[in-house]
Amino acid sequence: MGRNRLVLTLRNHLVHGKPQGLDIQGEIFFLSSCHHTCTSSLYSFFIHFSSCKSSSIFIQMIPQQESDFDHNYLKPYYGKLFPFADIFKWMTYGHDGKHPGCDQSYFGRREFSFTLKGDFYLRFQSFNNALELENSIKEKCPLKIDIGPVYTVDPAKRHAYAQGDNNVFAPVERELIFDIDMTDYDDVRYCCRGADVCLNCWPLMTIAIKVIDTSLRDDFGFKHILWVYSGRRGVHCWVCDGKARRLTNEQRASIADYYRVYKGNENSHKKVSLMGAALHPFLATSYTNVLKDYFEKILLTSQNLLATEERYEKILSMIPDESIASELRGKWQDSRRSSSAKEDINVVRWEQCKQLLQSGKHKAQGLRRCVEEIVFFFTYPRLDMEVSKHMNHLLKAPFCVHPKTGRVCVPIDPNQCDEFDPTTVPTLFQLLEELNNEGLRADVNGEWNGTSLGNAITLFRSSFLEPLQKACKEEIERSYNLKLQQSKNSVGW
Amino acid sequence: MEIVRPQSHRNLFSSNDAVSVPSLPLYRSAPPLEVRLEDFESFAIDRLRVLKGISDGLSRGKKPEEMEKLVKELWKVNMRHQHASEVLNKDIISHFVLRLVYCRTEDLRKWFLSMECALFRYRFRFLTPEAQRAVMDNFDLTCRAVNNVEFESIKEKLGQVARSMGQPSPTVDAIFYKVPFEEVPELVAGRKVFISQGYAYVAMNQVVSLVATLFRSQLSKTLILTNRKWTSSIREQEKHRLTPIVEALSSSYLGPDFSQPREYAEISLKDIDQVAKSSFPLCMRHLFDKLKEDHHLKHGGRMQLGLFLKGVGLNLEDALAFWRAEFSKKVGLEKFEKDYSYNIRHNYGKEGKRTDYTPYSCQKIISSTPGAGDQHGCPYRHFSEENLRAALSRMGVNSRAMEDVMDKVRNRHYQLACTLTFEALHGMTCDAGINHPNQYFSDSQKILQPKKDSSAQNLVTARE
Repeated sequence: MGRNRLVLTLRNHLVHGKPQGLDIQGEIFFLSSCHHTCTSSLYSFFIHFSSCKSSSIFIQMIPQQESDFDHNYLKPYYGKLFPFADIFKWMTYGHDGKHPGCDQSYFGRREFSFTLKGDFYLRFQSFNNALELENSIKEKCPLKIDIGPVYTVDPAKRHAYAQGDNNVFAPVERELIFDIDMTDYDDVRYCCRGADVCLNCWPLMTIAIKVIDTSLRDDFGFKHILWVYSGRRGVHCWVCDGKARRLTNEQRASIADYYRVYKGNENSHKKVSLMGAALHPFLATSYTNVLKDYFEKILLTSQNLLATEERYEKILSMIPDESIASELRGKWQDSRRSSSAKEDINVVRWEQCKQLLQSGKHKAQGLRRCVEEIVFFFTYPRLDMEVSKHMNHLLKAPFCVHPKTGRVCVPIDPNQCDEFDPTTVPTLFQLLEELNNEGLRADVNGEWNGTSLGNAITLFRSSFLEPLQKACKEEIERSYNLKLQQSKNSVGW
Repeated sequence: MEIVRPQSHRNLFSSNDAVSVPSLPLYRSAPPLEVRLEDFESFAIDRLRVLKGISDGLSRGKKPEEMEKLVKELWKVNMRHQHASEVLNKDIISHFVLRLVYCRTEDLRKWFLSMECALFRYRFRFLTPEAQRAVMDNFDLTCRAVNNVEFESIKEKLGQVARSMGQPSPTVDAIFYKVPFEEVPELVAGRKVFISQGYAYVAMNQVVSLVATLFRSQLSKTLILTNRKWTSSIREQEKHRLTPIVEALSSSYLGPDFSQPREYAEISLKDIDQVAKSSFPLCMRHLFDKLKEDHHLKHGGRMQLGLFLKGVGLNLEDALAFWRAEFSKKVGLEKFEKDYSYNIRHNYGKEGKRTDYTPYSCQKIISSTPGAGDQHGCPYRHFSEENLRAALSRMGVNSRAMEDVMDKVRNRHYQLACTLTFEALHGMTCDAGINHPNQYFSDSQKILQPKKDSSAQNLVTARE
């Protein structure tokens, strides 16, 4: 117990008059002992004086490492901070108004699934309105909320519709989603491994956002794109245009493949191969606008890509011409002595490598693409293909709290993604403390206004939700008028 | 389409006597055509031979040029008719009969759809430019040609795409079609088109992809409709006449079906190491060894090996025990139960939508795209030469056989390479070729089992 920090926060104005609080009618939630596996069992409890309008007390035992959290901290989070109304507005895609063109069943056919404490996994949850969703989440207090597709029928009643071999239960709409995970970059980053990320490798995610976001907009013409920090080691992308939601699996797969340049797996060597006399315009634009600069100006030095023998050998092995590789190897083995400390060794070596590969005399030998191949290998986005290819893949909802880090899955502005810092994303603990310091304030916008979640929710609304809602209403109006027109025409003799 | 008794035989299609080269029908609606009952069946069987031939060719990894030759040959042999004027009718009738046959389950529809589309694609290629244009007109494509002004503005990008595929830049009179990218998924997937603001610019020589996609989506929709009609009325109405023919046709030509429970004995957990050595194809052997080595496999690997083991006869309980034993060494028992066991039960149809999943075929495995950290896929296709050689010699393939195998691999005959490996290891020919990892397994067991049985028999006789 001694290792735990006791946080006791008392609001000043609680004390005026009735300081001891014993006669204040209140509710006390004793939150269960949280870590059965921990050596010292931790207890946390949360006292909420609901009758005393402007005060609240949190008495928490917070583990020194904020890496694991008791899922009961989620109760106040869902109770006061989670933006239910926004999630609902998003998921209705305009089908929540009085307009006669609205499909009132739309939201109710969407699958939600919850991961509960004790690893209970509830799939095929569905809700008829915002209140049902909110009540269910508040009651079940899920560690994780996943969002699935919209089905032909209410997924909770799917068994009732399953008759014979003609099962009508099938997904009909689903955002086009992308999942990019830092663990897939382990062979190109030397700072962290596995689930860890730091500011030295995070630029890999920034690159992925820039490349994919630009292409989704410019190539595929999508407009309503939401990027979300996955809470730990990656990013999620939701493409929400009507056209994107109605793509078939085959079309989804084709987009995922459009973004694929890695050909190899664990059992073959060459990982990126760019053939042909030119790069496809998408790859060429990505290379000149994003990849090249990030590689040369950031990753080369921050990852020390050419600093040691083991590391430069990796790059040399990607050069198909043995004579060039050994020429460079010779230079670099000697250069330890000769190089002045003035210039970064990675930059110097990369310049030498580029110069040799791009010098005129080697052009004919199929080395033309080699510089690009190296840059692509170290920078180009690595998507989890399977997630994007199928309509029925689940993806964690934005504003969930990552169970391991306690960080909130906040939206990322693709136009400002350079500034995004995963290490400063608000954590559940931080938010609860802020909430506590702020006290209960009657606020129509919800409690988050006074917390660091405010910016995230504002961003979600202004850059994503509002334009989306506007477009959805217009689309509903348009298709309704079209239908009206058609029925008029068919009635007219 | 009406089915009539043999005596009345009318032909509605050959109204003009010109024996023109039959063009490519789009099978939009069933023709008002009378068909003799025996033609109903025999035409269908002839077309089925063509589709089955295409299916075999594809699963043997034949190259596009070889496929082209094959399809041409198959069509010529099976789809001719003694009256030239009847060829087109035979084409249409046989298609609609098979549509009825293959509309009835999801699996049948899937197979029929992909084979008919493959057939359509090759036949479209054989057409003259005029005939091709006629087909495109039918899909309202001609009006979507890119005009000169737009062409000039994107000329450079179009040139980049062409050169990225090793083709020369398009000239001014080149025709491009501007279509929503959704209509050309295979061109998008291969980055073979320029895409801008949601539209793909399809070159004339790529138009086959576009036409094939449109054909496919049309056929896919009508198959569902046909199925509805079949279940709601035709099956009952034709109970004594067509229904038996239709039902017999689908079952007779699909080859072994590994989705069905197998008749051979289940294997048990204690034998699995031994049969893995003797009878697993390389793709599964590799996954099996990797699992034992790393105590972990990524999702693709778990699916490929897990469903194979299920097909081999490992029951759910043993499967759980098998995966648990390995995974718990790495991730711990708790995490296994939490993160992985659901998936295994799911594969056995015990969770989620409760579909009993089918083991992957060679075709599916060959066309998979293993990424970083993945172990699944077809080793003959996805391994580097060096790794493949090492893996084969670990299996016990001698150096002479190895060269034959590598030769097939270089020519991208992955299934033939696997067949040669099988033959080298078992000392027997395998005429049917390897089309499915579970077939590899059962063929191998068939060869190995009798030996065991007969040696046991010998023992008994010796004692007597």
